[in-house]
Amino acid sequence: MTAVRFLVNGAPAEVDVPGMRRLLDVLREDLGLTGTKEGCGEGECGACSVLLDGQVVDACLVPICQVEGRIVRTVEGLALAARQRGELDSLQEAFLEHGAAQCGICTPGMLIAARAYLDAGGESDEDDIREAIAGNLCRCTGYTKIIDAIAAVATRPE
Amino acid sequence: MPTRTLTPPTETVERALVVDPGQRVPGRASGLPLRREGPAKLTGAAKYTDDLVFPGAWYGTTIRSTEAHARLLAIEPDPDVDWSKVVVVTAADIPGHNVVAAIKDDQPILVPVGGEIQHHAEAVALLAAPDRETLRQLKGRIRLVTDKLPAVFDPEASQHAFARTEIADGDLEAGFAAADLVLEGEYRVSHQEQLYIENQAIIAVPGEGGGIEIHGSMQCPYYVHTALKRALKIDDVQARVIQEETGGGFGGKEEYPSMVALHASLLALKCRRPVRMIYDRHEDISATTKRHPAIVRHRTGVKRDGTLVAQDIEIVMDGGAYCTLTPVVLSRGALHAGGPYRCPNVRIRARATRTNTPPNGAFRGFGAPQTEFAVEMQLNRIADALEISPAELRRRNAYDEGDATPTGQVLRESVAAHEVLEAAVEASHFERFRAMTAAEAKARRGSGTIPDEPYRTGAARTARGIGLALGWHGAGFTGAGEIHLASVAAVELTADGRIRVLTAQTEMGQGTKTIFPQLIAKELGVPGEWVEYPTQDTAEVPNSGPTVASRTAMVVGGLCITAARRLKEQVEARNGGLPFHEVFRDDATKHGPTRIDERFEPFPGEPFDEERYKGDAYPAFGWAAAVATVEVDLDTGEVAVQDVIAVDEVGTVIHQILCEGQVEGGTLQAVGYATIEEMKLQDGRYLNDRLATYLIPTALDAPHIRSILLEAPYPHVPHGAKGVGELPMDVGAPAVVAAIHDATGVWITELPATPERILAAMAPATPGGAAPRSAA
Repeated sequence: MTAVRFLVNGAPAEVDVPGMRRLLDVLREDLGLTGTKEGCGEGECGACSVLLDGQVVDACLVPICQVEGRIVRTVEGLALAARQRGELDSLQEAFLEHGAAQCGICTPGMLIAARAYLDAGGESDEDDIREAIAGNLCRCTGYTKIIDAIAAVATRPE
Repeated sequence: MPTRTLTPPTETVERALVVDPGQRVPGRASGLPLRREGPAKLTGAAKYTDDLVFPGAWYGTTIRSTEAHARLLAIEPDPDVDWSKVVVVTAADIPGHNVVAAIKDDQPILVPVGGEIQHHAEAVALLAAPDRETLRQLKGRIRLVTDKLPAVFDPEASQHAFARTEIADGDLEAGFAAADLVLEGEYRVSHQEQLYIENQAIIAVPGEGGGIEIHGSMQCPYYVHTALKRALKIDDVQARVIQEETGGGFGGKEEYPSMVALHASLLALKCRRPVRMIYDRHEDISATTKRHPAIVRHRTGVKRDGTLVAQDIEIVMDGGAYCTLTPVVLSRGALHAGGPYRCPNVRIRARATRTNTPPNGAFRGFGAPQTEFAVEMQLNRIADALEISPAELRRRNAYDEGDATPTGQVLRESVAAHEVLEAAVEASHFERFRAMTAAEAKARRGSGTIPDEPYRTGAARTARGIGLALGWHGAGFTGAGEIHLASVAAVELTADGRIRVLTAQTEMGQGTKTIFPQLIAKELGVPGEWVEYPTQDTAEVPNSGPTVASRTAMVVGGLCITAARRLKEQVEARNGGLPFHEVFRDDATKHGPTRIDERFEPFPGEPFDEERYKGDAYPAFGWAAAVATVEVDLDTGEVAVQDVIAVDEVGTVIHQILCEGQVEGGTLQAVGYATIEEMKLQDGRYLNDRLATYLIPTALDAPHIRSILLEAPYPHVPHGAKGVGELPMDVGAPAVVAAIHDATGVWITELPATPERILAAMAPATPGGAAPRSAA
């Protein structure tokens, strides 16, 4: 067992688990943050994308021992991080309005990838957005409305 | 460079109403309700099955065969292991029938000792343990003793047919005799995995008195309900099935969840605690159903002007090891096999056979994408042979109002084949683009190492092309299916003044939870937020049939609107004719609850004769056209699908954004089907049974998709809606393959059109290589 301390969505967390336990399982099972989903367990689908120190990672590929002292942000922390008063931040709102979430299982990971893109100054260029979300598989939307939603946020100041 | 975005249509298409894509204002602004469960999905609050916590729950797993065909002689748990801390279930533990209830009772829940294993990854035993680590350790300690039997993998060699269908109309011989050109073709399509991003997931909770409660990811709670009752020998009340948030289905969660629920239930009943049966991706791909592979052969007779005079079509589908839904998949495939074209002399012979491979089942389109790929290929090759534009050839043959299909179904209303065709041709500037690609091919001629060969060239590494396909899709269950289903849906005004819509129609991303309240609110004249859409729980909602076959909006939506209309009339009548929205709360206080149940009544038309295959096969058809543009790398054979214009006529559009979402998503699945999605098998086992090896399109692979919706309302449902879910899946693949032909000059007759197949087809005429531009 290894004691690991880190920040999740702005709040300190401490777990005492095997060091090779996946960050995904720590989030979902030890911390009850089930917004992050598992789609393949081998880093192909991006459903478990979270931000680790602002970088998009697949939580199924990150052992918890690598998270010591670092900052994790999940879908549950998106609106929080934007200091949003309402339930949804501007990106979530855009997804809702554009119909970018259908079954919703890829949505948390997709939002995380999109958030990282926007936070890095990403603009509304379609090809750039496609590149930014290329690690996140969606089987419902054909990606069109996801790209529209991200582009809409990129073109308006938050 | 190819155009990334093609400009929208400029003129309104006659008869059908164009929903102009330029006019769209997303979401709230246009007055459409936002996705009802959207905020929960966007914040991570939505609970999918694997997100649910059941204290004390154990983890379940399935012990599967590693052979394609064998006799099961024994199941031997390792004697050195202490098995007292876990439970093992075999067929001997099943209290009722050892069958997964479907069309035929041929599929066991678990293969019994002495019985036959019919496919790789077939379920033989079950194991549950308090934690996943124990489960993983012990799973490998149960040995299956088997005696290998000869296996059949070729559907054409199989002697066992699950179903046969023949549709005949006119005089085939006379038709061919009158033809100026007779063209033959053989087309093959591969398995396709639904690849919902949420794997199969069920949690079974044992109740009092042998009852069982299922929480799971599924399309059809009542299918699971029926399966539980038969296998566990329990009644309607003891079996309770609750759909949880479902992360995609596409047909893959139509019949298979019954199997998972039975497995979880058997374990839960034995260990007397909740059991979580959550598949990982590898297990999900190896064991669950796929789209049926098919071989489709066409012999087509046409006049010099392109008029179709004879179609002789043979279809062979690979059903896999058990029947599942194969007969109806085959039926739908056969009924759509001629395409949306007038032809006086037709014979369509179809059979689906058994092979020792995992069973194939429902997947968006349900047999039609396979056969419509073939007929559209055939049409495009005829256009090529006659030197007629593919658009013009379709213009000359596409159904008009009043035409009859090969089953004798007269298309009386809501026919829009020409409208979708013209809208797609116009929006894509099809003829202009085709002239450009022809000029480019001419410019390449002689520029390369092969004299006079326009398609292999040293001067340009890539070639672009454009392709067109037209299609149709019957809305609702096939034939007399809706009559057999006899769906019931209800609208209820509760004693405390709430309005509830009660159906078994599930939300799996397509928008059920949004459109039902929207439709009912409109009918009752109340704000959408006032209408509740309770959970799909068999203890709460009536059996309004499965959420499949593009039937939800049309059939069940219609029932609910009729129920709402009756509720409104009753309430207004007993409140002095005052409008419903003003009086319903007082009415509930005064009169108590009012619930209106509406049962399905047959649509008008000729009843379908299932023996002779005559009559109205579907109440109505949706119509679709797709135009794809591609860029093909002439050195590597790699295809980039650049743009797809998808035009779909779906009856009344209930919710434009959700409807477009169906078209865009279905189109991309079709593009994947056309280009990259392929299951490879060895000895009946899927080789690429992981997401690292079975590829679906990413955002970079996906073309720019533009959906154009047309409306030709169906008059026999109150809201005029038909179906949209499956329609776009039927036309994407043939459009892409036609575009590949336009770019390269070769016809790829086997899906997917991989670089290997394209390069092989483009290879110069040498032994083992097809001649370039060969027409099969």
